[in-house]
Amino acid sequence: MILIGERINGMFTDVKEAIAAKNKQTIQELAKKQTEAGATYLDVNVGTAAADQEGTMQWLVETIQETCSTPLCLDSQKSSVIAAGLKVINAEAGVILNSTPLNKKTDEEILDKYIEMANQAGPKASIITLTMDKNGVPQDIDTRVAIAAEIVQKAMEKGFDTQRLFIDPIVLPVKVPNAQVQAGNILAAMDQIRYLADPTPHMTVGLSNVSQGATERSLINRVFLAMAMSHGLDSAIVDVLDEKLVNVVATAEMLMNKQIYSDSFLKAYVAANKA
Amino acid sequence: MQVPEVAESFAGSVNRVTLGATKDNGGTRTSTVTVGGARNVVYGGSIEDAGEKPVIAMDVLDSRPEDWHDSLAQNYKDVLDSPGDWAKKCVAEFGAELICVKFEGIHPDKANYDAAHAVKVTEEVAKAVGVPLILWGCGNDEKDNQVMPKVSEAVKGENALIGTVKEDNYKALTAIALADGHNLITHAPLDINIAKQVNILASDMGFPLERIVTFQATGALGYGIEYAYSIQERQRLAALGGDKMMAMPAICDVGYESWRAKEAKLADAPGWGAVEDRGPMWEATTAICLLQAGVDIIRMRHPRAVATVKNFINQIWQ
Repeated sequence: MILIGERINGMFTDVKEAIAAKNKQTIQELAKKQTEAGATYLDVNVGTAAADQEGTMQWLVETIQETCSTPLCLDSQKSSVIAAGLKVINAEAGVILNSTPLNKKTDEEILDKYIEMANQAGPKASIITLTMDKNGVPQDIDTRVAIAAEIVQKAMEKGFDTQRLFIDPIVLPVKVPNAQVQAGNILAAMDQIRYLADPTPHMTVGLSNVSQGATERSLINRVFLAMAMSHGLDSAIVDVLDEKLVNVVATAEMLMNKQIYSDSFLKAYVAANKA
Repeated sequence: MQVPEVAESFAGSVNRVTLGATKDNGGTRTSTVTVGGARNVVYGGSIEDAGEKPVIAMDVLDSRPEDWHDSLAQNYKDVLDSPGDWAKKCVAEFGAELICVKFEGIHPDKANYDAAHAVKVTEEVAKAVGVPLILWGCGNDEKDNQVMPKVSEAVKGENALIGTVKEDNYKALTAIALADGHNLITHAPLDINIAKQVNILASDMGFPLERIVTFQATGALGYGIEYAYSIQERQRLAALGGDKMMAMPAICDVGYESWRAKEAKLADAPGWGAVEDRGPMWEATTAICLLQAGVDIIRMRHPRAVATVKNFINQIWQ
């Protein structure tokens, strides 16, 4: 499972304050802690508070890479912010560009641009692509799959390895009125997306979205994660500092026979990821 | 008809482990052996993916073997009482790349020799040959815990391979192997779950995973080889899949297991062919079969079997 640690995000108060005060220590500690907890990538999102988003992204990337070599996932709705991060990053071990829809009303070619940016960033650079297009976020299963198919097709046309694609079927909060059906729709869509290409593209979700505004958030996150893994999810943006959530990942992988069982399988999972 | 290209590539690989330390590295060995490194299944992928060539370790016992069949014992008849000379013969005449000293004689049900005997044998063998050493206890936990730490200490700095540690008896030997700078054999009874668990336990004590070689137990041809084969195969696939707790090179004990087979030694068996041929054939067949599942070090006994298997390895891994 590719775990993308979500904590370095300007939406969290501690990160917001650290950005405002240019406090490197808070950011570097979060990078270290998430790495030790088993994060494969660290998500980096400047949030909305900073006036200079490009400059803040660069400061965050440089601050993290001063003390930590875990690859990063540059997270912004604006391609200029991701591009700014790519200018200063060391992407030797990989980087994820997070994220782009298939297309936008204002920019039909946005996925092409992201593929180009990823190619320039190096052979290990990947992209998170949302199953979303100029008409917005699809609510049903078929449109999600159709958009994913177009994404995969575009990547193949461009010679972009499908293993460098992460398809995000967009998780919606379960508490939103009439949205409760979406969790099931996403699972059904994933069942089809995983057969779109061989090798199959990765699938990822912003897990915490599912429980936005709800009670029992951690429980909802963990259960949905296990369910999604059984439908082919192999990556997620999560709170890796939630030890019980990482235990769910280890257990699900073991039950799916992706990890050989041992009596210390929880410990083995974290130790192996750290190494 | 054109053969289709079916090569698959994998994310993980088998760890490379180097055994033996020369003068430059604080030891007295004249050669070292590196095993592991495969990035594919045996025969799979490109030549570079095959990793290091598997190697043969020849068994030397710490005391005269009482139950060896004549067709095996006669090859060593002048050296059976002298482990040093025995080891020298294996290296000089039969081309052993490693010597495995098996401390049969310390077993309480056998000669019950003490630690001083084991240390003396270890020193004799270390002096007699320059190849790296494998030091293998008798299998009785209590006695091994008394004797093997002394053996380890006697060759401190030689970067030997020492074992075995098991799920319910690993602490003493793991600690001493770590302190003396040796490599460790983790041992499981043909059980992949326990195999992984022992590796985790050793690793928990701070023993580096990169210095572990696994022993899954061995079954000879006709005596459970299919279990050994499938477990070695599963270990290799786990390593290739990126499981760091299963990415170790593997050792198997072909000599001892093959010579337990009645087919290897029963003289009165018309139609089975000459008894002096059957033993080495049994050993060679068992070894070659397991090599294809993905093992890295093979313990062997009969010189003719060793020659056959070496020939096979040299043809396949080149």
